[in-house]
Amino acid sequence: MTTQAAISGYEADHSGPNYIAVFIYLAILTGIELGVYAMGLPHVAKVGLLVALAWAKAVLVAMYFMHLAMEKKALALIAIIPVVLVTFLCFMLLPDLTTRMWTKFDHKIKVTNPAEMGAIPVAPPPRPLPQQH
Amino acid sequence: MSEAAAVETHDRGAVHADQLEPSLTPGNLGKLGMWTFLAGDAMTFGAAIAAYGALRINNPNWPTPADYLGITTTAIMTFILICSSVTMVEALDGVQHGVQSKFRMFMALTVLGGLLFLGMQAFEWHHLIGEKGMSIQRDLFDATFFILTGFHGCHVFGGVVYNSVLLIRGMMGKLPPQKAGLVEVAGLYWHFVDLVWILIFTFIYLI
Repeated sequence: MTTQAAISGYEADHSGPNYIAVFIYLAILTGIELGVYAMGLPHVAKVGLLVALAWAKAVLVAMYFMHLAMEKKALALIAIIPVVLVTFLCFMLLPDLTTRMWTKFDHKIKVTNPAEMGAIPVAPPPRPLPQQH
Repeated sequence: MSEAAAVETHDRGAVHADQLEPSLTPGNLGKLGMWTFLAGDAMTFGAAIAAYGALRINNPNWPTPADYLGITTTAIMTFILICSSVTMVEALDGVQHGVQSKFRMFMALTVLGGLLFLGMQAFEWHHLIGEKGMSIQRDLFDATFFILTGFHGCHVFGGVVYNSVLLIRGMMGKLPPQKAGLVEVAGLYWHFVDLVWILIFTFIYLI
């Protein structure tokens, strides 16, 4: 039996999803997330893994707890549209982010008088760490 | 115009009932309405999380969240919400099969899970504001944290009220199996709250 069939329970008796199996998968994925968080991986690898695990959990909740896997495709479209739009939103923010980063790190730009260059953001000093009680 | 030609002209312009989308009925209107609401809500949360990411990438001095936020507490809160999603589907199963005692027990547990979550969030905020000096006015790290977790907390509170109303209706014997759709729609909302927290936990606390 495939994993999907094991969760949905459809292969066995065409009843509703096996919610306990979904719960166990979610708990295991949360445990893996905490493991990845604590492992001290390189930042990019850690972020990539954590985001992938979070999306896996979110899809499990939407598909089985919210019954999208058993609903008509039209309803799934309503659910997918915000995801697509937010993805577009992230890409729309990219030019702004990359331009700022380029300005920040391109040392070829010689700024003699920052006031003439307009508002170039100056990063505030790092905030102090909290005192441990 | 002959009678036959008139009928043909009439038929050409007519739209037959079987060509139309079926009308919305009380049986599916609630579910469709809730999904539409959730799509809008997802856009709000999505925009807020995207804005958080943009602000964070632009700020090289963004603090490491773990230096301020308690991961253990929020991991427990995540686990509580996942558990409450399971109790919610069990409550739905109870009302669908007319087992009122099962519905009442699992819906009460769902409400309890929501209250526990809110209590732990209040404890966390109290600790962060009182002992670590965090404030929504201090800087972007604090402001985005309080806005995102606060907005989600409002959703949890709304869900607790929503589920409590259904629990009271169930205790009054006003939730027969024919009304199971009401619980299913409430469940959609509750699972969405769980889903959003899964993403907030990763983006705000772990990364």
